[in-house]
Amino acid sequence: MTAAFELRGLTAAVPGEKGAVRLVEDVSLSVRAGETLAVVGESGSGKTVTFTSALGLLPKPGRVIAGQALLEGEDLLALPPEQLRRRRGARIGMVFQDPLTGLNPVFTVGEQIAEVLRAHLPISRREARDRAAALLGRVQIPDAARRVDDYPHQFSGGMRQRVLIAMAIALGPRVLIADEPTTALDVTVQAQVLDLLGDLRASEGMGMVLITHDLGVVARQADRVAVMYAGRVVETGTVEEVFRAPRHPYTISLFRSIPEIDAPAGTMLAPIAGSPPDPARRPPGCAFAPRCFAVSDAHGCRSVRPDLIGAGHFAACHRQGAIEVAA
Amino acid sequence: MSPLLEVEELRRSFSGGRTLFGPRKPDVRAVDGVSFTLGRGETLGLVGETGSGKSTLGRLVLRLIEPSAGRVRFEGEDVTAASSSGLRAMRPRMQMVFQDPYGSLDPRMTAAEIIAEPMTAHGVRRAEAMRRAADMLGRVGLSPAMAARYPNEFSGGQRQRIGIARAIALDPALVVLDEPVSALDVSVQAQILNLLADIQARSGVSFLFIAHDLAVVRHVSDRVAVMYLGRVVEMAPRDALYGAPRHPYTVSLLSAVPRPDPAKERAKARIRPIGEIGSAAALPSGCRFHPRCPRARLVAARGVDAVQAAGTRLPRACVEQDPQLSPAGGGAHLAACHFPDEA
Repeated sequence: MTAAFELRGLTAAVPGEKGAVRLVEDVSLSVRAGETLAVVGESGSGKTVTFTSALGLLPKPGRVIAGQALLEGEDLLALPPEQLRRRRGARIGMVFQDPLTGLNPVFTVGEQIAEVLRAHLPISRREARDRAAALLGRVQIPDAARRVDDYPHQFSGGMRQRVLIAMAIALGPRVLIADEPTTALDVTVQAQVLDLLGDLRASEGMGMVLITHDLGVVARQADRVAVMYAGRVVETGTVEEVFRAPRHPYTISLFRSIPEIDAPAGTMLAPIAGSPPDPARRPPGCAFAPRCFAVSDAHGCRSVRPDLIGAGHFAACHRQGAIEVAA
Repeated sequence: MSPLLEVEELRRSFSGGRTLFGPRKPDVRAVDGVSFTLGRGETLGLVGETGSGKSTLGRLVLRLIEPSAGRVRFEGEDVTAASSSGLRAMRPRMQMVFQDPYGSLDPRMTAAEIIAEPMTAHGVRRAEAMRRAADMLGRVGLSPAMAARYPNEFSGGQRQRIGIARAIALDPALVVLDEPVSALDVSVQAQILNLLADIQARSGVSFLFIAHDLAVVRHVSDRVAVMYLGRVVEMAPRDALYGAPRHPYTVSLLSAVPRPDPAKERAKARIRPIGEIGSAAALPSGCRFHPRCPRARLVAARGVDAVQAAGTRLPRACVEQDPQLSPAGGGAHLAACHFPDEA
């Protein structure tokens, strides 16, 4: 079965003092229809840049210098700008973290959803408004027929995020990319919005990419996960595989560094020393080597860039196999 | 011995203001009658969602904002009634660390100047303060060689270390930490949490640790207070609160936290509060959680005296009487719920 959305060898860069600085490098990922792929990583790992690049939305002077972004087999990055613009919104939807900035305060939410519809479909204002109200109902906004005429400031944070989700699914996209969609929300509201995203994915059969830093959200929501570090995918597999037996030292260290709500009292956290490298000053070899508990010069950790290796469950680590027991 | 900090019936409302031609808007009761104590060397975690009043409470305790009513006693002295010179004399003993390690440090000052500032403000000579600031950098895990650098030369985690160094420079007895790790990446969060534990073990400082992340709060706290719309609705020793929560709001908060464990996540029955947190400008009657409370709906369905409210039938007590924080479950466990023994 072909992927709904697939990245192949995506590399994006910005000009730097000493030549191009690669923000993301050789990223290959795929998501099937009806599946949720979580992309996890810390700030600066490249998880957001990967998808803004793939959709032609990377701010200048950044640009994609290699790779493909295949939406149901069609390379978005080879399309003329106007066609790419039409694919976005229609066949691939996006939801971002901050539900305030995504909405225009001077238009009603109904007008904003209707605008998305009318940009792509030959329908009347009246019909667009009715469909907008129906969409608000689909994202479970109570009393949708009345609230369609309200302005964004009349909605709570969670309700605004629902409005943005309604806009993203308005044209029945095959893929929905949600970048930290619940990070700005309180935990009880987060749970409601995650439920909604899960329901929509199932009922629409969409492929969903969930970009997050929260391993709890991954465990709750995703089928597969890709872990990014310093612009690369360092581990990928099913959620069960990666959470039960993580293979990359970065993934292993991440699990050890988060406080768990069910952990026995008095459990010590094992932080990862230092911080991720600046994209312009990534070390040669494995970018995680300076912070890694298993680093070994004999294995080339500081000199040779490790490839993603595995079957189904992949990791980019020279010490794979040797470290799992110790971990 | 009296506790380090005693907070009694603390209140703060903010004026709702007036719309251009409209009527006066109702006041916002951000903190609406909160009492607790904090012992020496103890950490009290304060959790709640946006709008719960937890950050306002932290600032009221230090009198960074003035309370509308109530009293705060710190080391036996009345903070709320203190004159400005009296308050100034208490300041070195009660400090604050803010969430934003970017916005809370003056970009024109070096790391050492930032840390030295509270010392010079309290009479330490500049040369001495700068020398001690370099020592403080070492104590928070930074190199004293970084003393002459400016905030923009540090990462987020390093800046938060500077903020902590500044707060502990005068050897305070109390530090209020307002979301100290929520702007940091998870791998860096652990560094800061361990640093705070280390500082507390060595100095015996007390922490009022304000955060929305329930796992982080569990990790650092001895006791935990849960706030909802300006009130503490539950307060208990850490393990009692997380292991056997009594207030339905706490139950739903804990149920909503996603665990990094796929098997547990998928097997979990979720208890959802209905809708979203209300507004402190329009507090519900009776128990302020009643419009969202799943337990009230269950109790009403079982046939207690019920009334029509929030679009359904709810127990009369929940709709008409404001529950007080009272013993529930034994020990120091307190909950503000009319039905604390319901599952």
